[in-house]
Amino acid sequence: MCLAIPAQISRLPADDDPLATTDIMGVRRRVNIDLLDADPPELGDWVLVHVGFALSKISAEQADEQLRLLSLLGEASAAQEEVEGYDCGDGE
Amino acid sequence: MKYVDEFRDPTMIARAFEEIRTLADPARHYRIMEVCGGHTHAIFRFGLKDLLPPNVELIHGPGCPVCVLPMGRIDDGLELAGDPHVIFTAFGDMMRVPGSQGSPLESKARGADVRIVYSPLDALKIAEANPDRQVVFFAIGFETTAPSTALTLLKARANRVRNFAVFCNHVTIIPAIRAILDSPDMRLDGFIGPGHVSTVIGCRPYEFIVRDYGCPIAVSGFEPLDILQSLVMVLRQLRDGIAKVENQYARVVPWEGNLAALRVLAEVFEVRAHFEWRGMGFISHSALRLRGEFAEWDAERTLPIRGVCVADPKAAQCGEVLKGVLKPHQCKLFGKECTPEQPIGALMVSPEGACAAHFKYRGAPQLVTLG
Repeated sequence: MCLAIPAQISRLPADDDPLATTDIMGVRRRVNIDLLDADPPELGDWVLVHVGFALSKISAEQADEQLRLLSLLGEASAAQEEVEGYDCGDGE
Repeated sequence: MKYVDEFRDPTMIARAFEEIRTLADPARHYRIMEVCGGHTHAIFRFGLKDLLPPNVELIHGPGCPVCVLPMGRIDDGLELAGDPHVIFTAFGDMMRVPGSQGSPLESKARGADVRIVYSPLDALKIAEANPDRQVVFFAIGFETTAPSTALTLLKARANRVRNFAVFCNHVTIIPAIRAILDSPDMRLDGFIGPGHVSTVIGCRPYEFIVRDYGCPIAVSGFEPLDILQSLVMVLRQLRDGIAKVENQYARVVPWEGNLAALRVLAEVFEVRAHFEWRGMGFISHSALRLRGEFAEWDAERTLPIRGVCVADPKAAQCGEVLKGVLKPHQCKLFGKECTPEQPIGALMVSPEGACAAHFKYRGAPQLVTLG
């Protein structure tokens, strides 16, 4: 729940749909990007996801660092489990 | 000096340690609190505290949401879960947190329909798929998860999902920091501020720490170098006799926070008069509840919740550890009756709890090593 997981936007949402498709730790999941209203992500952008919601935009380099940090902290598998558990956005 | 090479810029890490040693006045003892449980985990994992000068002491703060949740709220939630009509949903982190009658996992083993969700949206989805059941989402977390609960409630209202309720246990970090600063048995010299909470609230809310208490604070990222650089910022301020809010994690944290998240928080939640924190007692204005407009999705208004208060187990000293008065291993139960496998206090459950982090990494090889 406290993990911030980097995800790359692979498809932008259709009109009025707050869910963008992302590649997130090798899994395709849809995440909510409503909280990035002020500066919406574009295709290929990286975001930090908390419990299925993107809270901030980050650079590709920061995304790499965050993945490495999760792994060094021994939290990569917890993050993977969380990502695979996102049910809301899956299936299109 | 050499460092494990997976780290971003090992030379910078060496330089930061060097600078900390130069800045720390041997005639002084520094007590610096890292507020966030994520920092606590990283500090133990990378063995940072053992490499600092002995007069630079890191105090582990209250920023782990499962650790500060009082037993009574878990008991209240699990009483709801006991109703066969109810599907009780919670984040995986909650599953082993002990209430006075056991944890959510034990409740599930006794037959309750307890389900792990990874996003509040999933709990809403379960409600939509089970219109004849009452779905309760046990909402916990600081400002990083509260906006997600808020957006989920807005969606529940828009989709008219009537069988979905939130049992709101969201807490806010600022009043907890103030309570610690006001606590008579605490003396702190500075703070390492939470990184991800600050992506939502920004840096401004910490200004009272500087203004009212004269304490420096640096909002920090989570890598070893981030934490060390934040320490440098705090120690430099202390050397110069000044106090200000610095943002070490500016690459992710905007000074003003996330305005969309703050807006949705204000739309859905209001501040509670009081909320109990495990080990710290009641803290005024320290938690959120649903606004009246969302009453029909508010478990506390529509479902039978007794609001029980349960004292922490007498022998456990979670409160003292949470406030930084005791180190984890100084608690009488640490590593004996209370272990990560059989936790008595919540600090032993989550990897972000000071006790679990201390237990897990004691004697572990340090990832950051002096060569």
